[in-house]
Amino acid sequence: MQPKTIYDKIWESHIVVPETDAPAILFIDLHLIHEVTSPQAFDELKRRGLAVRRPDLTLATADHAIPTTTRVLRADDDREAFDQVTRLESNCSEFGIQLYGLGSPQQGIVHVIGPELGATQPGKTIVCGDSHTSTHGAFGALAFGIGTTEVGHVLASQCLLQRKAKNFEIRVDGQLKNGVTAKDIILHVIGQIGIGGGTGHVFEYTGSAVRSLNMDGRMTLCNMSIEGGARAGLVAPDDTTFEYLAGRPYAPQGAAWDQALSRWRALKSDPDASYDRRISIDASSIEPMITFGTNPGMSIPITGVIPEARNEELRRALDYMALRPGQPLLGHPIDVVFIGSCTNSRLSDLRAAAEVLKGRKVAPNVRAVVVPGSQQIKKLAEDEGLDRIFKEAGAEWRESGCSMCIAMNADKLGPGQYSISTSNRNFEGRQGPGGRTLLASPLTAAASAVAGRVADSRRMVNP
Amino acid sequence: MNKLVRVTSRVACFPAENINTDQIIPARFLKAVDKAGFGNHLFADLRPPEIFGLPDARQREILIAGRNFGCGSSREHAVWAIRDFGFRVVIAPSFADIFKENSLKNGMLAVELESAMHADLVNAHSKSPQAEMTVDLEQQRIAFAGVDARFTINSFSRTCLLEGLDELGYILRHAAQIEAFEGIWGQRPNSRA
Repeated sequence: MQPKTIYDKIWESHIVVPETDAPAILFIDLHLIHEVTSPQAFDELKRRGLAVRRPDLTLATADHAIPTTTRVLRADDDREAFDQVTRLESNCSEFGIQLYGLGSPQQGIVHVIGPELGATQPGKTIVCGDSHTSTHGAFGALAFGIGTTEVGHVLASQCLLQRKAKNFEIRVDGQLKNGVTAKDIILHVIGQIGIGGGTGHVFEYTGSAVRSLNMDGRMTLCNMSIEGGARAGLVAPDDTTFEYLAGRPYAPQGAAWDQALSRWRALKSDPDASYDRRISIDASSIEPMITFGTNPGMSIPITGVIPEARNEELRRALDYMALRPGQPLLGHPIDVVFIGSCTNSRLSDLRAAAEVLKGRKVAPNVRAVVVPGSQQIKKLAEDEGLDRIFKEAGAEWRESGCSMCIAMNADKLGPGQYSISTSNRNFEGRQGPGGRTLLASPLTAAASAVAGRVADSRRMVNP
Repeated sequence: MNKLVRVTSRVACFPAENINTDQIIPARFLKAVDKAGFGNHLFADLRPPEIFGLPDARQREILIAGRNFGCGSSREHAVWAIRDFGFRVVIAPSFADIFKENSLKNGMLAVELESAMHADLVNAHSKSPQAEMTVDLEQQRIAFAGVDARFTINSFSRTCLLEGLDELGYILRHAAQIEAFEGIWGQRPNSRA
C-alpha cells in the first residue's frame, strides 16, 4: 500500500463523496463558530428554511468584538458589537447550539477553548470561520479556516466541498537555544518560505524540536501556518497530546478513552511517506525573532539589522513602520506591549511573561496589556498569582478575548504607535489605523515592556 | 448565485503583491450582521490611487491585482466589499486559498494567470488605461488592448460560475451519502463534539 502522511489519512477517512472534477464532499467533526463570521450564514439557513444538521458537533463562543475590560457588553457602549453578540446568542438558542458566551466561565478565544474543553482531538476535521483555525492542528487534527458561505454549508450539511491540498513537511531537529520559543520557530519558518510559501499545502511539523514542545508551543506553531500561506498545519499526536487531553470535559472517558487512544497512537505519517515539499531547519540556528515590516515574513533575529529594501513592498513597509535599512531594532522605543491572542495567550505564555516581569516594573513610557486567552486560563493564572505579578509590574490584567490582535473593540493602537505584540499579524492598521506592530514571543514582549524599548530577554539581569 | 459568463469593462490595475484581507476591508468594519454596503469600505485605509484616482472606479468591473492577493484573514467580507464596489473579475498571478474559495462562492471570478501573461496585461493597461477588456469564462480567454491571453480554471468552478450553481444545494443533494457516512462515523467512541 502507498505510504501516507497524517494529512492523507485524515482526509481519506472523512470523504463522503470522492473528488472528481468536482471537489470532494468532506465530513466535518467539529464546527466552531463566533459572532463575527456567523450571522450571515445563519441568515442563509433561515432564508432556505434549513436546520443545523449537527448542533451536537457545533460549539460557539463570543471573542472577537467583545470588551476585555468587563464582562458586560451594553448597547450604549458599542451598538454594533452588542448586536453581533446578541445575534449569536439568539441564533445558538434557536438552532440548539452550545454557546460559551460572554459571562460563561468557559468563554475564551475560539482557538483556545476548543482544545481546553477537549473538543479538539487527534484525527478530527475541524473548521471555523477564522483563518487561525489551523491552531487545532497541534493535536493532529485537520483544521482550517473557512469563509462565511462555507460556515453556512457546514451548519446545514456538516460537510464542505474541498480539494485535497499538497503535503509540505517542515522538519525542525535539534535543541532550541535558551530564550528561543515556538513563536521564534514559526517566525523563522515564515521568514524562510515567505507568506505565500505554503499556498495550496498543508504543513506537517516534524522533528525532535517540535516533539519537545508542549501543547501550548505546538498550538503557537500551527496557529501561524496561515501566515505562511497554508490553510492548515499539523503535528502528529503523541503522549504530550494525550496527557493534555485526558480528563477534559469533551474528551472520551473510561473505555472510550482507551479505544480512542489506540486509534490516536496509530495516527502518524508512514515512515516513507512522500511530501510535495520539504524544508529542514536546525533548531540551534534559530534566534529569538522579531518582525520589522508589515507582514509576518518580514522578520529578523532580535540582534539583527533591518535588511535592504530590495523591492517596492519592502520600501512601502519600511515607510509605514518609519524604519530604515541597516538599523537595528534592539533599543528602538515602543509605546505598547500586547501579550495575548490565539497565538500566545495560554498559561505557558503568561508564565513566560510573568517570569520576566516578576519583581520588575513596566517602563513609564509603555502601556502593557495582558489578555488571557480564556476565562479558564485567567483563573489558572490567578491561582498561581500571575495576575499579581503583572499588576505589580504595572501591566493591565484583562478578561479574555481577541482584544488588540484585531482591534475590533476599544483595545487598539493610536496612529504611529509602536507595539510589541505576541499576536500573529503585523499588517498595516491591524492593531488600529496607523499602528505599527512588531511581532515577537512573550519573553521578548515582556523584556521590552521593562526596558521601554525593544529588548533581548536573554540579556536581562536578574532583579 | 449570480451567473458569470463574459464581462466586458474598463479595468482598474492595482498589482501590488501580498495585499491582505485586512487591507481590503479593515476589521473595524466587520461588525455588521448582514452583507450589504461593504463596498463603501473597500481599501478604507489603503485608498490606492490606482483605484480611487479613477472617476469611474465603481463602474469598472475588472481588477488586475498582484501575487498572493487576499492573503491573511478568512473574512468573506473582503469578497463582499470587492463585489459590492463593482468588480466581478479579479486577475492575479496567484490568490490565497481561502480568498479564492470565497470569490467563487460569491459569483466572482478569480483568474489565476501565469506571471508573464499577467505582466503583459499590466503593461497593456499602462499604455491603454481606458481600453475595455473582455474576460470570457466560456472560452477561458482574455482580450485586452491587443493582448490575447488564455487562462485555466477547474471545470467545477467554471460550471458553478457559468450556471450560477448553488453549492449548498449540490451538497444537500448528497444527503443520503452524508447520512450513510454519519452512520459509520457515529460508531466511533469520541464522535461527540
